[in-house]
Amino acid sequence: MSDHEVKALARARRRIAIALSLTVFLLYFGFIFAVAFEREMMARMIVPGFSAGMLFGVLVIVGAWLTTWIYVRWANAHLDPRRAAIQRARPR
Amino acid sequence: MSPPAPATPATSLGSPNLTAICFFLAFVAITLAITWWAARRTKTTEEFFAAGRAISGRQNGIALAGDYMSAASFLGIAGLVSLSGFDGLIYSIGWLVGWPIVLFLIAEPLRNLGRYTFSDVVSFRLRERPVRVAAAIGTLAVVLFYLIAQMVGAGNLIKLMFGVSFELAVILVGLVMLTYVLLGGMLATTWVQIVKAVLLMFGAALLCTLTLLQFDFSPTRLFARAGELYGEGVFAPGKQVANPWDAVSLGLALIFGTAGLPHILMRFYTVPDARAARQSVFWATGLIGAFYLMTFILGFGAMVLVGRDAISAIDKGGNMAAPLLAEVLGGTGLLGFIAAVAFATILAVVAGLTLAGAAALSHDLWVSVHRRGRTTHAEQLVVARIATIILGLAAIVLGILFKGQNVAFMVGLAFAVAASGNFPALVLSIFWRGFTTAGAVGATLTGTFSSLILIAASPTMMVDILGHEAALFPLRNPAIVTIPLGFAVGIVLSLLGPEASAAAGYDAKERRIIMGAEDPRNEPG
Repeated sequence: MSDHEVKALARARRRIAIALSLTVFLLYFGFIFAVAFEREMMARMIVPGFSAGMLFGVLVIVGAWLTTWIYVRWANAHLDPRRAAIQRARPR
Repeated sequence: MSPPAPATPATSLGSPNLTAICFFLAFVAITLAITWWAARRTKTTEEFFAAGRAISGRQNGIALAGDYMSAASFLGIAGLVSLSGFDGLIYSIGWLVGWPIVLFLIAEPLRNLGRYTFSDVVSFRLRERPVRVAAAIGTLAVVLFYLIAQMVGAGNLIKLMFGVSFELAVILVGLVMLTYVLLGGMLATTWVQIVKAVLLMFGAALLCTLTLLQFDFSPTRLFARAGELYGEGVFAPGKQVANPWDAVSLGLALIFGTAGLPHILMRFYTVPDARAARQSVFWATGLIGAFYLMTFILGFGAMVLVGRDAISAIDKGGNMAAPLLAEVLGGTGLLGFIAAVAFATILAVVAGLTLAGAAALSHDLWVSVHRRGRTTHAEQLVVARIATIILGLAAIVLGILFKGQNVAFMVGLAFAVAASGNFPALVLSIFWRGFTTAGAVGATLTGTFSSLILIAASPTMMVDILGHEAALFPLRNPAIVTIPLGFAVGIVLSLLGPEASAAAGYDAKERRIIMGAEDPRNEPG
């Protein structure tokens, strides 16, 4: 019973960990490939003193913060309580 | 035709600065007091390497930021932005996006599976001795390259700021750092890193505020002024990423390198549980991201207020951009404060690196491999301290040996080795049931040595340093080849020779990642 729950929890954590890692990876490599191969696009100015490349860069930083926050929220709300429930369920 | 005489800006850099010396002495006095306090609480190996696992999540997050934000990222990024604008942002972002990856893939499993080093995690369920030897090689390679870069940087910086000789500066940094680590272990190191992180964030915020004060608190007005002075090229990818594949390869090393840096990974053992490990990354990511946004403003501030010619006249790489900006904004007083902060920065990073190297030497090689775990607690602590002295002396000697060399590439090298040697073995061991001892050893050694060989064959080494016409390998950063190679060797060797005991141990490992080391089911019998 408890083995089954631990496995389900491990699967859930693995799924969200890999999905969020891919999100950050794709966002960052979108930026890197744009820097490497789409220089004209990145050089375009949005307002004086602020280019598309700078906007993209700031978005990557915000994206890193957001995904970190999403994971911490998920883990605090699901991982910790479910772990505690498994520990309680097993008589010592 | 003779080149125009270099501008000689009015700066007091290079002459002993009374404020800098006062701030620096105050920092050393405070940190030595912390060390004295920590020394009385450091009596066991667990206290020496993991601060008794009693650091809170938030404290550890600030210490992680202090361990990570080296002089390279403070002085180097501000300098890079001041001279090339946008290109500096590529590095800052790369150094930040490694942190979510650490959180999602590594932090909690690491905390729940290991004790002092990341080899604990890789060697879990595998044959311990070969894996630990390989992981120790990967660790020591990263630590030594990073140490050389920091020590040479320290020597140059202190020589420039305080006017003492290079050798004296390196010895001074080495000895103060050794005092922290040897006496106060991880507890003293942690608090040195926390004090440094707070000082660094405060210093950067102060410089940012003073800069923006001159532009009605509008960053875009500051940037626009830079565009007027130096053209709109400062807002676009420039010569730092002239070869597009170099940019991609560097990006790979940065995003996956953080998750393979031994001194960063080691910090996750200082907190009581996985939840605190998670909180640490939350704090670290927030602080480091904010810091890099501020560095971007500082770089542009220096570009406009100090001027590119004045910055590169003092140091071709632009490393003095932030101190020069401080002098323009607040005179020698502020310059002195920023100089002392930069010095504190180096001390904190070097202490973390030394501790990580000492843990690999004593916990992995001596206790686990040589003694097969059969040692007394007293012996472990003695060996840990001897290993610390060896690392500290190595840092001083290597720092002096590499005097005058261009060592900026060594931080890149450390990231490449961490991403190609340590990261694949760590991820495969956590997520793949079929991973074997041969796979772990093969992945670590292949990733480590292929990075070293390709950097020796790169344009940085062959053209820039050795002066050859062309390089054998076209890219400056090898990660685009060596990370896939590390993973491929780990996977192929594991598939060729399945290891029944390793696969059988996977369920226990998975369970412990979720439930933690304190779960009674972990210890059979």
